[in-house]
Amino acid sequence: MRSRTRGAGAPDRPGPRPRPRRPRRARRARAAALLAGALLAGCCAGGGGDDGADGRIRLTVGVFGSFGYAEAGLYDAYTRLRPGVVVEQTSIARNENYYPQLLTHLGSGSGLADVQAVEVNNIAEITATQADRLVELGTAEGVRKEDFLPWKWAQGTTRDGRTVALGTDVGPQAVCYRKDLFARAGLPTDREEVGRLWAGDWRAYLAAGRRYRANAPAGTAFVDSASGVMAAITGSSALRFYGADGTVVYRSSPAVREAWSVAAAFATGGLTARLQQFTPAWDQGFANGTFATVSCPAWMLGYIQDKAGPAGRGRWDVAAAPRPGNWGGSFLVVPRAGRHRAEAVRLAAWLTAPAQQAVLFERRGSFPSASAAYAGPSVAGARHPYFGGAPIGAVFSRAARGVPVTILGPKDLVIAQNLADVGMLQVEQRGEPPGDAWRSAVRTIDNALDR
Amino acid sequence: MNAPPAAAAPVSAGDPAAGGPAARGSGPDGRWTPYACLAPFFVLFLAFGLFPLLYTGWAALHRVELTSPTRMEWVGLRNFSRLAVDEFFWNALRNTVTIGLLSTVPQLLAALGIAHLLHHRLRGSTFFRVVVLTPYATSVAAATLVFVLLFGRDHGMVNWLLGLAGIDPVDWQNGRWSSQVAVSTIVVWRWTGYNALIYLAALQSVPPELYESAELDGASRWRQFVHVTVPSLRPTILFTCVVATIGATQLFGEPLLFNGGAGATGGADHQFQTLGLYLYEQGWVNFHLGRAAAVAWTMFLLLALLALAAGLAVRLSRARSAAREGGR
Repeated sequence: MRSRTRGAGAPDRPGPRPRPRRPRRARRARAAALLAGALLAGCCAGGGGDDGADGRIRLTVGVFGSFGYAEAGLYDAYTRLRPGVVVEQTSIARNENYYPQLLTHLGSGSGLADVQAVEVNNIAEITATQADRLVELGTAEGVRKEDFLPWKWAQGTTRDGRTVALGTDVGPQAVCYRKDLFARAGLPTDREEVGRLWAGDWRAYLAAGRRYRANAPAGTAFVDSASGVMAAITGSSALRFYGADGTVVYRSSPAVREAWSVAAAFATGGLTARLQQFTPAWDQGFANGTFATVSCPAWMLGYIQDKAGPAGRGRWDVAAAPRPGNWGGSFLVVPRAGRHRAEAVRLAAWLTAPAQQAVLFERRGSFPSASAAYAGPSVAGARHPYFGGAPIGAVFSRAARGVPVTILGPKDLVIAQNLADVGMLQVEQRGEPPGDAWRSAVRTIDNALDR
Repeated sequence: MNAPPAAAAPVSAGDPAAGGPAARGSGPDGRWTPYACLAPFFVLFLAFGLFPLLYTGWAALHRVELTSPTRMEWVGLRNFSRLAVDEFFWNALRNTVTIGLLSTVPQLLAALGIAHLLHHRLRGSTFFRVVVLTPYATSVAAATLVFVLLFGRDHGMVNWLLGLAGIDPVDWQNGRWSSQVAVSTIVVWRWTGYNALIYLAALQSVPPELYESAELDGASRWRQFVHVTVPSLRPTILFTCVVATIGATQLFGEPLLFNGGAGATGGADHQFQTLGLYLYEQGWVNFHLGRAAAVAWTMFLLLALLALAAGLAVRLSRARSAAREGGR
């Protein structure tokens, strides 16, 4: 990991000059040893957990993006709880860079942090191919299956019943919308009424979009991107890319076809701002207010707040999504190759326990996957001041309870990415007919899945 | 490929085998000193240059997945033969060639012109030379991210300027040509100054008498450029062409980041996916290390072929001019 290169520096330099009559062989041997040492230090430093000089155990947590543990003060709290342990975090900004590296490190058994994060789109591949390199966490002390959402627990469990990954947050979905733009377009602004506009059916969301477009304020669109709509719809059905028997079925899966056709209708109907999510242009769209709604998993609230800035305060609100669904969320795993496995298991169990998940929601907005936390006041009663005091605790817990148990597969990420970034993007930004774009996406996915 | 020599420098500096001045000189000790001095480079080259090259070739003959890199399944030349019918590979190859031409040709021409201008007596010439080199010193990532904003469809500065000129906004990301022009612009911006300085260095070794006699013969600035500057720079031009071609074949960072962080697809229709990007997508997005290795080796072989063809062309033209001289 990046911050752990301390040991990789050059070995101690020899004295100012070698003694003149040193035997040649010895000198060469010493040179070779130094070189080998430099090489070894270069490639093998970064193994987790160098213990400090003070005799304390140093645990590392490897995450992607910002998990908020450090920001919410959880590591410091853990050290207060167990004074013999210090927790350090290494972070790589994007999961697409983090995950291949994690696989490489798991494969070689080196360079790993004591606790590593895994994103939900990769969890099926991890449980299917890497379970033997991970410590079983389901039986660890203090970990209770009934604390977690059943589907989250199931996602971290292998086919033979070993739970190797504990859930951190989930992404229950709502729809975030701009009250001011809705008012100017003649749509209701109260979050209950807005929720009723499209309750139960994504096509009703499409109909609302058409109503918006009829009176849309100049320079604005109903939704940010067609791919966002597609991701939201596929996240609200049990069967999407993989069948129960593990075969790839996205081509015939009714949920995917439905998601594709609704999203394509958004794109061809001119209801989107034609932005690609998580690109700089999309960020600018938040700041400039170019769209009125966006599919909104819990973790998106913080993103909107960052990108829309103080100017958006009080303009945004949160309504229920047409159907409950999940988008995103993560897990923690403990690699077997770690040096302090027992301590790492203890830390992972503590970080994912309901109490800590509630703290993380309160301070960072990551919605707990531990359903045992939902009843507590810090979740159930949570309101978000930036979003007009919306009762996000109630909205998201209701959505989380209604999420169907989606069947995951190892290549979920590749399929989802190509459907969005090749297929739907062609419809939305290049104006290709949806049929052509679909075939193009299928060709790309076939090529990507063919080993 | 660039890393090993760069990494070798500090190690060789601290290498005790190099000895102090006392160790150099006559005697049996001295015989080995040069080898010992060179050893760090060669050890690093073996470890980080040759071994990966050969291992990649070996991996290209197997089915290897990133999820279990040690499990290799022999597939012979299938990873190579499938490239022949791989539409994505051919698309990437085409894009690499067109982006390569779009970036290399203007880049070298502009560099030549800038070098010619900088060669003249100029107030604050050091300042201009530093300025010209500045883009080279910026990181690809930072430069590309700025260019992504400049080439933005809705709020980009380029489209704003076009708008001032009464031209409709261009969707830089999504058009095949517009996206390739945009990516090439980043490359041109970054590398023109670097090449200009190389040309400038070469220009300064051109004997001034040549220019003086050309001037005496009444040659204009342009004719001096064509008949003195360009011929005396010919070896340097060849060198920059070779280096730029290698760079163009390996083009990766700019198109990756031009996608605004949306992955290695090179656009919705792979319209700016280069070979380097396709290799990366196969290896680190789709996790097919064997297929990625085959693409890497194909790129290597293509470059080798190109070098061979260039060498032949040079030799042929030399032989022809020699024959002409002899005939006279």
